[in-house]
Amino acid sequence: MLNPISLAFKNAKKKKRPALLTYTVAGDSSKKQSLEILKAISNYADILEVGVPHNTPVADGGQIQTSAYRAIKNGIKMNDIFKIVSDFKKTKNSKPVILMGYYNMIYQYGENNFLKKCKKSEVNGLIVVDLPWPENKIFSKKCKKNEINFIQLLSPTTSNKRLKSITKDSHDMIYYISMLSTTGGKLKVSPKKILANYNKIKKISPKKNCVIGFGITEKTISKFKNTDGLVVGSQICKEITRSLNNRQNPVINVSKMVNKLRKKIS
Amino acid sequence: MKLKKGIPVIDQGDRLGFWGGKFGGNFVPETLKKPIEDLEIQFNRLKNDKNFIKERDKYFKNWIGTPTRFIKLNNLTKQVGGAQIWSKVVSDANGGAHKIYNATVHCLLAKRSGKKVIIGDTGAGYAGKMLSMAAKKFGLKCKIFMGAKDIKRQQPNVKAMKKNGADVIPVYSGSQTLVDAVSECMRFWVTNCDTTAMCVGSTVGPAIFVRICGWSTSQISRELKVQLINEFGEVPKKLKLYNCVGGGSSSFGFWNEFMDYNKKQVEFIGVEAGGPTKSKRHAAPLTYGSKIGILHGAAQYVNQNSDGQIEETESISAGLDYPGISPLHCFLKDTKRARYTAASDEEALKAYQIVTKYESLRPSLEPSHAFSVAIKEAKKLSKDTIVIINSCGDAYKDRGILEKKLGKKYVKSN
Repeated sequence: MLNPISLAFKNAKKKKRPALLTYTVAGDSSKKQSLEILKAISNYADILEVGVPHNTPVADGGQIQTSAYRAIKNGIKMNDIFKIVSDFKKTKNSKPVILMGYYNMIYQYGENNFLKKCKKSEVNGLIVVDLPWPENKIFSKKCKKNEINFIQLLSPTTSNKRLKSITKDSHDMIYYISMLSTTGGKLKVSPKKILANYNKIKKISPKKNCVIGFGITEKTISKFKNTDGLVVGSQICKEITRSLNNRQNPVINVSKMVNKLRKKIS
Repeated sequence: MKLKKGIPVIDQGDRLGFWGGKFGGNFVPETLKKPIEDLEIQFNRLKNDKNFIKERDKYFKNWIGTPTRFIKLNNLTKQVGGAQIWSKVVSDANGGAHKIYNATVHCLLAKRSGKKVIIGDTGAGYAGKMLSMAAKKFGLKCKIFMGAKDIKRQQPNVKAMKKNGADVIPVYSGSQTLVDAVSECMRFWVTNCDTTAMCVGSTVGPAIFVRICGWSTSQISRELKVQLINEFGEVPKKLKLYNCVGGGSSSFGFWNEFMDYNKKQVEFIGVEAGGPTKSKRHAAPLTYGSKIGILHGAAQYVNQNSDGQIEETESISAGLDYPGISPLHCFLKDTKRARYTAASDEEALKAYQIVTKYESLRPSLEPSHAFSVAIKEAKKLSKDTIVIINSCGDAYKDRGILEKKLGKKYVKSN
């Protein structure tokens, strides 16, 4: 049986489109609202990345920082995040969930405890921004044992030698960072160049589902239709902030946006 | 966990950059793996390259002005009554603090690797000031990230940076102090690592930055050892080296050359910032038993909540106002080579008043923390004990705070 993440890619491929992955921060702007957002966008997205907010995020730009600080200020704790995921998973149209965050949160929870809790709340995958290869070797093996996808990251600075080693140690999904940037940066590399790197990865590792993230927005997403999957994060976080500032309902606005994103790649 | 003899501490990390198997490492985004690896290769080659060392020493001598003075504080010694109190006046160095050594080395490395821009973080503003000076000296463009709160309280250094042509970029996120400045600096590097060199302002960050900084500041103890032998004919039998510890760059540099001595002969005392007396917040993770966590790419003792969110610190001294601590110091603590304690804001201010009353020395608020503990302990020590405090910064940058806390008479104009 395919794991839910691979199945989501397979289903998108059947419809000849990339899988749509969204990123929202757990607890932004409240526990309840972030759950509502997940429920609403899972009508259009294929895989949901749920950000674990951290207060010293070395790879996140302004929009995701704002969301993370808002969530922390509203009192979000690690256990609340697991609760949000398990509540979401109980809903009818739930989708695979990937928790994305920084290693200290896992380290403080205890790797084994963390994975136990992930399994219990039906988390399907993990992205740990600051646990690169080969430092992640032991942890990624533990994830595999628990049937959780550990998603390796690749970037334009990753050497070919590293690329081969990392993809070899990766599970079903890999994540290509489109450019040198924190999250939320403007796309400063041509789609052609990004796709060339993407194809290089696919050549080395054709069976793995490779998604592209960073700089993917309503404006740019349609240029990457021939890929396995695309991640939109900062633009969604920005929309939440905008909605709150204008006293509008973020759930409605974000879900509209994700619907649009989906249409652009369908 | 064991400290090895005969091998520099900066080189005692394992293959993945962990000291004692658990402190340090490289918890960085994938994008930074390559630039970090490049820097590692470059540094490992150059640190043993005679020409490079010659070049470093030339700039250390002619531009930084090494060696800095080693002086006896006669009046203070008499006043305290106990051990002999001496000071290594590292604030003599060009720019007024030890941060110049690391900044110079990073600029030399950047220059050799063909980078045109160098970026850095700063708390008290010294790391930033020195980097801006060195960048100017070596013809590099310079950007300094500084917490908005620190910009307000360390204006003299901000002015100096701007005068040297650096862009000072205020950081408004989080506590708006050093911890956020380092994060923002790393974020900028993630985005620009192909054209830009990064200098981390202390012995913190991914392992290579810890090593480069420790290697650079070790100049302090190299000089001191020679000065001790000149003064006493040998390294004294009872020697105590007091140093403030924020990130830990000056203390590591002050101790490094004496690492292999028995601690009964050469004792290291690190003084962290305890914060205001009644506050629960502090910047003293070693003294108050903080748990190990990951901050800015390295595993270390760090102030954090049970979830792993990094906690804000509070200290009168911007240079010590950091929730984490160098992996090197975690290693020295757990191997019991160094002893760590803390001084409060009030104790540091009191020490500043005492030192300036009896001596023509004006330690900044950071070393005032070390003076506080040294004065207290020197009272109980024998006359043949040599107590040395690293006066690693000058109080000029603190004039605003000193004037507010102690009144105008404690602020000399210059």
